[in-house]
Amino acid sequence: MSSNALTDSGSAGRAGDKIFSTAAMVAGSLILFVLFCVAVFLVKESIPALTADPADLKGGVSFFAHIGALIVGTLIAAAIALLLATPVAVGVALFISHYAPRRLAQGLGYIVDLLAAIPSVIYGAWGVTVLAPALVPPYVWLAENAGWIPLFTGPASATGKTMLTAGVVLAVMIMPIVTSLSREIFLQTPKLHEEAALALGATRWEMVRVAVLPFARPGIVSAVMLGLGRALGETMAIALVLSSGPMIASLIQSGNQTIAAEIALAFPESSGVQTNALFAAGLVLFVITLAVNMVARWIVARHKEFSGAN
Amino acid sequence: MTVTTEIRSSRSALTRNKLPNWAPWAVAAGALVVSAAVLSLAGFNVWGWAVLAAVLFVAANWAVSFAVEGARKATDRFATSLMFGAFIVAMVPLVSVIWTVLTNGIAGFSLDFLTSDMQGVRGRVDNATAAGESPLMGGIAHALTGTFLITLWASIISIPIGLLTAIYLVEYGQGGRLARAITFFVDVMTGIPSIVAGLFAAGLFALIAGPGFKAGIVGAVALSVLMIPVVVRSSEEMLKIVPNELREASYALGVRKWRTIVKVVIPTAISGIASGVTIAIARVIGETAPLIVTAGFVTRMNTNVFSDWMASLPAFIYYQILNPTSPTNPEPSTLRAWAAALVLIILVMLLNLGARLIARIFAPKIGR
Repeated sequence: MSSNALTDSGSAGRAGDKIFSTAAMVAGSLILFVLFCVAVFLVKESIPALTADPADLKGGVSFFAHIGALIVGTLIAAAIALLLATPVAVGVALFISHYAPRRLAQGLGYIVDLLAAIPSVIYGAWGVTVLAPALVPPYVWLAENAGWIPLFTGPASATGKTMLTAGVVLAVMIMPIVTSLSREIFLQTPKLHEEAALALGATRWEMVRVAVLPFARPGIVSAVMLGLGRALGETMAIALVLSSGPMIASLIQSGNQTIAAEIALAFPESSGVQTNALFAAGLVLFVITLAVNMVARWIVARHKEFSGAN
Repeated sequence: MTVTTEIRSSRSALTRNKLPNWAPWAVAAGALVVSAAVLSLAGFNVWGWAVLAAVLFVAANWAVSFAVEGARKATDRFATSLMFGAFIVAMVPLVSVIWTVLTNGIAGFSLDFLTSDMQGVRGRVDNATAAGESPLMGGIAHALTGTFLITLWASIISIPIGLLTAIYLVEYGQGGRLARAITFFVDVMTGIPSIVAGLFAAGLFALIAGPGFKAGIVGAVALSVLMIPVVVRSSEEMLKIVPNELREASYALGVRKWRTIVKVVIPTAISGIASGVTIAIARVIGETAPLIVTAGFVTRMNTNVFSDWMASLPAFIYYQILNPTSPTNPEPSTLRAWAAALVLIILVMLLNLGARLIARIFAPKIGR
């Protein structure tokens, strides 16, 4: 803070300073207040659902049984998405940062950023009209040949609107995000580390393994966690793609449902205590994504001092 | 004579046991031919061919390199093929998304589509269209207006709050407890699922205006919950890189802090701030989930954000696909949805490109 005698005179300027600094502080505090309100509203609107008579709720089961199934569905969808997207995304990020020709790399990075900006409803529309029908033959094949695994129990859905399809759509959605974040981390690898590895005779892959990946590991983890947060909260892709139903183990039959999609589908037609139940579901989703995001930030913060950047 | 032989032998020592540059291409061609031959026995299809050829190529490339160049080089080649493979695997769905939107979107797109709304477009009309008796009716004028108004109001709410917060964090907070709390919770806010933001706005207005109140402004509030953290983060980054010398020079001339911020700091950072704001708008313009629970959905034009339900472009796409206007003939609805998706993608892309342009054009001149 630099204040000195020269600038301390003149009351108009001083009032301007006061107003401006107060406005800035109020704006900052408003954010805290809004977030506090989000939590309070969600809690307040959820409480009636917790004690509600199961007969009034959707499906006639108690709130906790209902939300339990939704949580499982959300986790399954996010897990499929992460399993599919993480290796591909890291590979693509490495490709762009260390393998592609320099001139191509910049354009590719830009394209990936643009893909990350495509609205989720478009991915959902693509999933339901293009991907789901295309996946029916593989599902039939899986049901016939791998049906003994509980995950692939037949009969396969005839429309392809299943949990696995939804997971694939989610993976396609979060892939550009994880790629974009990891690419930035990979580009930050100290050039000296890379050149030292190459000078010692390392092949390109060995250079990546000993110089780039150790440096970028916390960054990759946090990128994946942010992708996970996105996958957990994603609504439209699931709401459009998944033909929902009760909880089942098979990924190639219609069934299961996620919290976010349930809210989007049921909220416009719900009333009374059912609305409260949806608010409670939203609260649960909020808490889960909050935890995931905080773990991601924590990992980044913990590794900040030790990273090669300084 | 002896000199030349020495040179030749030293060159061969460096390049010995190294595959020529054309080796991978030869292996690739071999893999394509072999897999085509194998598949022609079992019934040919393009996808099977591509997958089998890729697997064969990776394996053969590794084996050849292992035999000639040794284990380390072979692993390197294997990793390189995996990277290229990951890139190709990633591009397939993404190209498919873009291609689907482009082809289907252009098919349903016309000038009438932009200027008409969905009033009077019922199942009967779509059945006629599907039977080829009339052109595709209906359009997105109401949804475009709604998206524009809701996004405008979201920007009116979030830009001042976001910018002032960033100024507080950089210029006044000085790493104090409040500043640290704000930084932390802005991070938390970035992770709020969009549907939860929608629920919050719905709950807030249920308290103010009675349960079930839906209007454009509720959607705008929901969107600003998502938009504020993006604005704060980008503006904060931009304000941070303004050189301290500029501030000190201004103070040294006796200029007040607030005038320094308004006249020196912000003009220096304005290009970055403007492009950050544009990116934030691009992010929320495609949000669907919060608008479904807050703004409702209608088929006619509504230009008043403070009362009555309001359509929006993403919600239009969603409802056209989920509940086709004519349940027996969903094709016209799907066509409309794709045309709307094309318009939405173009909007988002223009905003992103605009952000780049702004950043370049208004960048501070660092001429010396």
